[in-house]
Amino acid sequence: MSRSVKLATAAALGVVMIALLPVVSGAQQKQAKASVEQPAPKPPVKLGLGRPALPEEIQAWDIDVRPDGQGLPPGKGTAKLGDAIFQEKCTICHGEFGEGVGRYPVLSGGLGTLKADRPDKTVGSYWPNATTVYDYIRHAMPFGSARSLSNDEIYSLVAYILSMSDVIKDQDFELNEKNLAAVEMPNANGFYEDDREVSEKQFWKANPCMKDCRAAPKVIGRAMAVDVTPDNKAGPKVD
Amino acid sequence: MSNEPTADLLNRRRFLSVAGLAGAGAVLPTIAQAGEAPKPDPLITEVQDWNRYLGDGVDKRPYGVPSKYEKHVVRRDVSWLTASPESSVNFTPLHELDGIITPSGVCFERHHGGIAEINPADHRLMIHGLVEKPLVFTMDDIKRMPRVNKVYFLECAANSGMEWRGAQLNGCQFTHGMIHNVMYTGVPLKLLLDEAGLKPNVKWLMLEGADSAGMNRSLPIAKALDDVLIAFAMNGEALRPENGYPLRAVIPGWQGNLWVKWLRRIEAGDQPWQTREETSKYTDLMPDGRARKHTFVMDAKSVITNPSPQAPLKFKGRNVLTGVAWSGRGTVKRVDVTLDGGRNWQAARIDGPVLDKSLVRFYVDFDWNGEELMIQSRAIDETGYVQPSKDELRKVRGVNSVYHNNGIQTWLVRGNGETENVEIG
Ligand code: HEC
Repeated sequence: MSRSVKLATAAALGVVMIALLPVVSGAQQKQAKASVEQPAPKPPVKLGLGRPALPEEIQAWDIDVRPDGQGLPPGKGTAKLGDAIFQEKCTICHGEFGEGVGRYPVLSGGLGTLKADRPDKTVGSYWPNATTVYDYIRHAMPFGSARSLSNDEIYSLVAYILSMSDVIKDQDFELNEKNLAAVEMPNANGFYEDDREVSEKQFWKANPCMKDCRAAPKVIGRAMAVDVTPDNKAGPKVD
Repeated sequence: MSNEPTADLLNRRRFLSVAGLAGAGAVLPTIAQAGEAPKPDPLITEVQDWNRYLGDGVDKRPYGVPSKYEKHVVRRDVSWLTASPESSVNFTPLHELDGIITPSGVCFERHHGGIAEINPADHRLMIHGLVEKPLVFTMDDIKRMPRVNKVYFLECAANSGMEWRGAQLNGCQFTHGMIHNVMYTGVPLKLLLDEAGLKPNVKWLMLEGADSAGMNRSLPIAKALDDVLIAFAMNGEALRPENGYPLRAVIPGWQGNLWVKWLRRIEAGDQPWQTREETSKYTDLMPDGRARKHTFVMDAKSVITNPSPQAPLKFKGRNVLTGVAWSGRGTVKRVDVTLDGGRNWQAARIDGPVLDKSLVRFYVDFDWNGEELMIQSRAIDETGYVQPSKDELRKVRGVNSVYHNNGIQTWLVRGNGETENVEIG
């Protein structure tokens, strides 16, 4: 059998030649340029891999919640109920009043500190959206027993945490899937899009100085003087 | 005498224990007394055990590990940084490495809920949301798709974050070790998205991990379609569990937190999710009390890894200064090095591959006469961005932005070779 006949047979049998498959996008190739020339990317052709996701499967995994409320499950809770759940499931790490045990995160206080020398970034002082509290607890808390809380328990815990910073004042206020997204956070307007390419454009310099660039430097701070030995609790914190 | 050792043993011992690194350093060479006739080296004149007796046979080490003499080359953590080891970080021993590839076993780790141990046969990747056809992929499906190989750095946005207020940690492992650089094998995310068929109004994706933190992040669609990979291998073998086995996202040049490990779900949407990791964390608080968000790109940065506090100078005369540089905006064009605290700079020699969004390795081969040095490096990338000084950064950002500290690092090398993390003014 000649080569062309073989290819024709393969095609007739429905064997898709690898060359027809899409390969990589333009930027994907940027790195390759440094080494070898690559063929141009092909237009997308379906590979036919994967299978349809069933509605029950999507429902089981689709646990995210957006600022507009998309993803909030039906349910309800109050700060009062949340207090009881919090005392049982959360205080061991976050403290009775959300003050944080040891280096565990602080969940209360911090309002008005964002311009301070040592800001306290908490749910109440920093987080722009109340929905994030729901999304996060639903994904990750309690630490070590994730995905164990009911939807109602999470509404109550969110209400309780928001009540710690007076975002919710009434202990009996019912938080639910219809009103959570409307809760306004104190720092809702505290964020703006990355602007480094404008606000730091001075870091793009044509000819950085090479000779006699500055006066003789002096040491003004030393790591060994700070002496943050690995078990010193007073050291700085990584987020 | 050119190879005279310069650090005295006592000083060095004390210094190592202050840095919490006793026993980690190399043994100092013995001092040859001036005037004495040179004695023959018994390591040469006497037959050594390894020269006489048989060593281990081939089956003793089915998966090889480094020599027992390299036991000090390990990831280290700083335990007071975080509340629990399951939501914590350790650091790559940059001062022990060379070239541009980080060996898989010493790639720094950052987990938010510990290491998920997942049998690849049990792993699924779901793509849903604003797509024509929501899909589920097995690892087998993913390995039947066209794949590519790319070397990229991954830097945690909080790398050097402890140094905003001044020199804190005494070692480049701790100041700069939240970075690694490996070769990934994976499928362009675009191919997977094409299978599901994106609806025209898709602007953002949400990536989510299968670990107990359920790490989730929003990713702009333009980046997703550009160079993002869904990787199953690093450095030629399956991902390590610490690095997301069996499947992780690779988001070249962007902050490490976006590179979701144990990736199990991608949802397409028309707005960002504002998850905890893109609001409470990974936002940069400015002096006016407002914060930058979506600061994805890692600015150009470099660090001298040798000499450095954990790797002091040991000899006068000939020495090799080396380090690494990188940029999230593309390739590194040049690295400058100063030995006098920034008064005069010289271009370092870059050796090895120079790849898009990958570490480069640089060297300055120099003679040292025992004078005090203040050494720094500064990276310049293909966009013309020049790594700024720490003070230049603080002028814009203050000291509370935690993330993206790419300021120039200073090491002070003393006359005895001891090297310290310092701040100069
Ligand atoms: C075993 C300790 C532990 C328990 C119990 C625990 N948490 Fe946490 N929590 C943590 C840790 C650790 C983090 C930070 C995790 C990280 O950053 O990866 C955290 C973070 C949080 C945060 C985000 C804080 C911030 O500012 O970003 C919230 C909100 C939270 N927890 C709520 C809860 C609630 C509600 C419960 C009880 C249902 C709970 N936690 C139980 C350890 C715990």
